[in-house]
Amino acid sequence: MMFKKKLLFYGAILVFLSCSKGHNEEEYTPVSAPLQIPTLFHKLLIAPIIPSNNPQTQEGVSLGKKLFFEKGLSADNTQSCATCHDPKIAFTDKRQFSEGIDGVFGNRNSMPLFNLAWNFDENFFWDGRSIGIERQAIEPVINPIEMHNTWSQVVSVLEAKEAYPELFYKAFGTRKIDSILVSKAIAQFERTLISANSKFDQYLNGEAQLSASELNGFDVFMDETKGDCFHCHGSDKNPLWTDNAFHNNGLDAVPFDLGLAKVTGDPADNGKFKSPSLRNLAFTAPFMHDGRFSTLEEVINHYSEGLKASPTIDPLMKKVSSGGVQLTPQEKTDLKAFLLSLSDFEFISNPVFQKE
Amino acid sequence: MKFLKVIAIAALSIVSCSKSKITPPSAFVTLNFSHQWDGATVTKSDFNTIKFTNANGQQLSIERLRYLVSAITLTNTEKQKTIIKAIQLVNLGEEKGLRLTSDFAVPQGKYTLSFIFGLNDTGNLDGVYQELNSVSFNVPTMLGGGYHFMQFDGKFNGSNSLINNFNYHVIRAVNREDLANVIFKDTSFEVNLGDVVINESGVIEVKMDISEWFKNPNLWDLNTLNSMLMTDFNAQVLMSANGKSVFSLGAVTP
Ligand code: HEC
Ligand code: HEC
Repeated sequence: MMFKKKLLFYGAILVFLSCSKGHNEEEYTPVSAPLQIPTLFHKLLIAPIIPSNNPQTQEGVSLGKKLFFEKGLSADNTQSCATCHDPKIAFTDKRQFSEGIDGVFGNRNSMPLFNLAWNFDENFFWDGRSIGIERQAIEPVINPIEMHNTWSQVVSVLEAKEAYPELFYKAFGTRKIDSILVSKAIAQFERTLISANSKFDQYLNGEAQLSASELNGFDVFMDETKGDCFHCHGSDKNPLWTDNAFHNNGLDAVPFDLGLAKVTGDPADNGKFKSPSLRNLAFTAPFMHDGRFSTLEEVINHYSEGLKASPTIDPLMKKVSSGGVQLTPQEKTDLKAFLLSLSDFEFISNPVFQKE
Repeated sequence: MKFLKVIAIAALSIVSCSKSKITPPSAFVTLNFSHQWDGATVTKSDFNTIKFTNANGQQLSIERLRYLVSAITLTNTEKQKTIIKAIQLVNLGEEKGLRLTSDFAVPQGKYTLSFIFGLNDTGNLDGVYQELNSVSFNVPTMLGGGYHFMQFDGKFNGSNSLINNFNYHVIRAVNREDLANVIFKDTSFEVNLGDVVINESGVIEVKMDISEWFKNPNLWDLNTLNSMLMTDFNAQVLMSANGKSVFSLGAVTP
């Protein structure tokens, strides 16, 4: 009698356990991890873009981070995303052109990665050819001059590594890995790369003072009769420091790289590239889509006296016929000091973003 | 008890009947912003080519045209005002904001339609509109802050026989010649488009004739007034005057 009862009791527990386990299998819910929106962004900008089919979760973000540093994504196990997007230099590289796994160089400078969820039109790359962060992440893996791989190869490599199937299960409820889930996880990680703690941000938040030179440089930046940079590169009211739009800023009379026109097929878009954010310039040299300038002095001289006229130059490059906005040496020095105050040292040293 | 119930129901149905008799049917209001040059339609596909001639005989192109109108208001025959949209940013080049539908329905009937071009001093506050900050439509704080009313950029054939750029940027006028005594002038203005009849699914066309910005009452010479107009008090006053004949009521299509 006792024994029977015991048996029944344990039997019941077993059934219960297995049931509940089976139950858990289907219902593992990853822990929601909403983006930590900086105060300044919250105050001044509309909400960041997060697709409803890829909400931010702890498990998704940490899987995405692991994948971002995963060399198994490249055909010969030598490159990860971080090879060209190094967290210590605001997720870009120091080269003029990035080198793919076969030693082939592209003709574009690697782009730093931060505040991507605030690219409201969701046009990625210098020429905007990729729409959405998820879709963008598919491209480098199969790009012949980057990781030069195939997705079926990536999937079998990841499935063969012990940790991954379980991590995908935790993040997305399935152990079956595919390119869509890889890109979703990477995109979740990329959305967490938020830079909003430069000296200038602290100044706007009332937490730091700017030097006289930095303040004067900010005036040069904002003054329509001087630098007039704010029409394209944001301002204290748009702390992204970019409009994420496409312009020809007068680099070439005849552009070698057609930029946006390659994507739209419209000759009126010749030589138009996405305005880069001016955050983190202290770490992201060389500059421009082709990395032609290695210093900020060169960039400033370009706008001051080096503009080249062309049929598609942006009308905001209004003084092209006299070469540019003609800044004095003092204004140039101050403008540079201001630009550097947009660099976020916390962002590049944040342990959460470094390889484990 | 039963009797009471019957009465109550009867009363209720009377109330609801009579209510539907008093309230006329309502409708959502849709505005379509259309653009012309001397009457001929202008769309995004007309951008980026020097193909327009202004009243002063200068040939020009349009490369960017975005502007904002605010306090879009319907005034009924009893002079009651309803704001159907607080701020609308129209961007012709990117084809954004060209159509707006009110968030709520208004009783069908006769109204006058009006709005403010730009933002008046009450509304033109620095940095407060997230939608406008996010598309970089701000005016620098050194010029009093707030927002652009219009950003109209393009190229023109200049008297220097070069192709030059123009930035016809409309903002609240500011004179900073004496920094101790900065003078502002509210150069936003009200546009009254006249009578409209709102019916069940009516779409109201609001027309902007872009050529008017160069014409009336001030003949515009791009050779002298082409860029850095944000800091030019007098230019802002001239633009504000020219803007008053830019808008008109188009078709009201059922
Ligand atoms: C071989 C170097 C290289 C590798 C590896 C690489 N990238 Fe890039 N990345 C670039 C370059 C170069 C660009 C700019 C390309 C262009 O505009 O044509 C870029 C652009 C981007 C952008 C666009 C940013 C913006 O603001 O528009 C994102 C996002 C990005 N990469 C993410 C990734 C991810 C995720 C991976 C890994 C799956 C990766 N990259 C691997 C070099 C690389
Ligand atoms: C008409 C819009 C426009 C204006 C005005 C403008 N820029 Fe740019 N800027 C761009 C574009 C577009 C690029 C990228 C061009 C390319 O790579 O082909 C760029 C690139 C840059 C870069 C390189 C950043 C990087 O990461 O490579 C810097 C720095 C810069 N601009 C600073 C300025 C300064 C300072 C001013 C004012 C003197 C200014 N810009 C005015 C559109 C503009």
